[in-house]
Amino acid sequence: MRNVTLSVKGLKKRIGKREIIKGIDFELNEGEVFGFLGPNGAGKTTTIRMLVGLIKPTSGSIQICGYDVRQDFTKAMQHLGCIVENPELYPFLNGWDNLLHFARMLPDVDESRINEVVELVGLQSRIYDKVKTYSLGMRQRLGIAQAMLNRPKVLVLDEPTNGLDPAGIREMREFIRKLADEEGMSVLVSSHLLSEIQLLCDRVAIIKSGEIIQTDTVESLLTTQERLIWRVWPLEKGKEILSSFTEITVDQDNIITAFNEHETPKWNAALNEAGVKVYEMNRKLPGLEELFLQITGGGGAGIE
Amino acid sequence: MNNLIQNEMMKLLAKKRLVIIGIIVGVLVLMFTYAQYKQVKEQQEKLGTDDWRAALQQQIIDTQNRLGSNRMLDEWREQLQVSLKQQQYYLDHDINPSEPGATTFTRMFLENAIDLFIPLLVMIVASDMVSFENSQGTIKLLLTRPVNRWKILMSKYVTLLLSVSIIVAMTALLSYFLSGLVFGYHGWEAPVITGFGLNGSDVDVSQVRIVEQWRFLLMDMGLVWLVAVVVGTLSFMLSVLVRSTPAGMGIMLAALISGAILNNMVSSWESAKYFFMVNLKLTTYVSGTAPPIEGMTLLSSVITLLVWWALALIVSFTVFTRRDVY
Repeated sequence: MRNVTLSVKGLKKRIGKREIIKGIDFELNEGEVFGFLGPNGAGKTTTIRMLVGLIKPTSGSIQICGYDVRQDFTKAMQHLGCIVENPELYPFLNGWDNLLHFARMLPDVDESRINEVVELVGLQSRIYDKVKTYSLGMRQRLGIAQAMLNRPKVLVLDEPTNGLDPAGIREMREFIRKLADEEGMSVLVSSHLLSEIQLLCDRVAIIKSGEIIQTDTVESLLTTQERLIWRVWPLEKGKEILSSFTEITVDQDNIITAFNEHETPKWNAALNEAGVKVYEMNRKLPGLEELFLQITGGGGAGIE
Repeated sequence: MNNLIQNEMMKLLAKKRLVIIGIIVGVLVLMFTYAQYKQVKEQQEKLGTDDWRAALQQQIIDTQNRLGSNRMLDEWREQLQVSLKQQQYYLDHDINPSEPGATTFTRMFLENAIDLFIPLLVMIVASDMVSFENSQGTIKLLLTRPVNRWKILMSKYVTLLLSVSIIVAMTALLSYFLSGLVFGYHGWEAPVITGFGLNGSDVDVSQVRIVEQWRFLLMDMGLVWLVAVVVGTLSFMLSVLVRSTPAGMGIMLAALISGAILNNMVSSWESAKYFFMVNLKLTTYVSGTAPPIEGMTLLSSVITLLVWWALALIVSFTVFTRRDVY
């Protein structure tokens, strides 16, 4: 069993009479990339801001490496690195001074460590330029460098690929995987880019209206939602027979059922007996995107 | 804590605010120096003589004649004696009273700058001390470091106090050195009358005495510094409360300007003396002008300002350490 680095229990946030976060529990293990998925307004950002101490939770506890964020704020924050939304740095300072600024706020971070992180993100050539001359990708790198200064055990990244081009996205993905695999860091990533989460994360939590609906590994989430697509003739008769076994949906000329290894041959036999021709049986893993839409009921969060 | 203050100073210097303030002061001082110079020239032409010594001699004789009169009230007598001493000093030390030198210019400049100009300069630094972190978004990085929030705000406040001191010192030095180019760098020892008191509607001159100008200048600078700190702290509070810099600046400006207007018309509205902006002209108490509202004294004004200062600090720290950051 790997160590738990971040543990969240019964986290709630109420603003006025509205409960925005209705009780969230999850744990992050060492060396794991954990994805946070949810439609806009589901409470992703509020949750992340509570994790990093920007917002005080109404109730519940957050522990980073065993230190409670509310009681032991400074100790908990020593093990955390984060970028909340876009990496906002001081545009009127150069990259080095920005890093120096944040290094001064940490215990035991000296210039050699600043050099290390600059090298890690590959910004050596531009580090003495003013940040206002940086491209978005470079700011993102500087933001990562800043988050890595204190050698954190837990890294929280809110929308890390926001505004990056495809090459940058790929690079970021490899970088995050490397941190988790080689340095044993726990990384919490929130994103609305589902393909990214699918490629990057070990486990995913899907959050809707302030609650976690599902937490699982990416594969098992996807396999429970596997679909079988039937192309049969005549369609009407096929529908009749299949619907007597299981729930069906019809998409144009195709019938879609759940995939069930034990039952599928029986369904097929029944169709054959009735004289329905089966032209095609297609097993399909849904993308996380479809899954996401299915689970969250599509669309935005809706305004209650 | 030292590290945090270093950080704040680094940001302040990179924003070049102090340089801008220096330029503003420099330009204004040059303007006023020229205006003063013109005035001196005009006076000389009016008198029709370059010989100010003769004119001053005549004034002294006049004063002595009035002192010799029996019908003179005692209080007036004292006051006349004081001004006689002053005139005699000018004559003895070969100082033209209408051409005062850099020290007098600096004193006058500070006295006139205390209620509006200095507060404005302080606002340039104070009003975005906290709110720029909000608009820049860097507040999120600042508050997720392993440093308590009150320490972060304290480092900002200490930086504000440092810059207020720099601004006051810079204003004094610039006006001394720039005006000295025209008027000469004398006048440190020149006598200045102080100690007027108001007793009902009568001028109470029992405390009137002469002090050397450098002492007077130091007193003025202390008062200017106090006013600058109070105004700076109030802008600082607005910078915490109102997350947009222009809004905070606007509120503070409105308060300062309303203070300047109120000063001229509130003599019948007594409770207005609890507003901080009516109490900013502290230097008038030392130089002996009547305060805007009867019953206001140097002590009451200073206490009023200190109460505002303390409240502003309490509000700033309470709000900053508790607020949720979205």
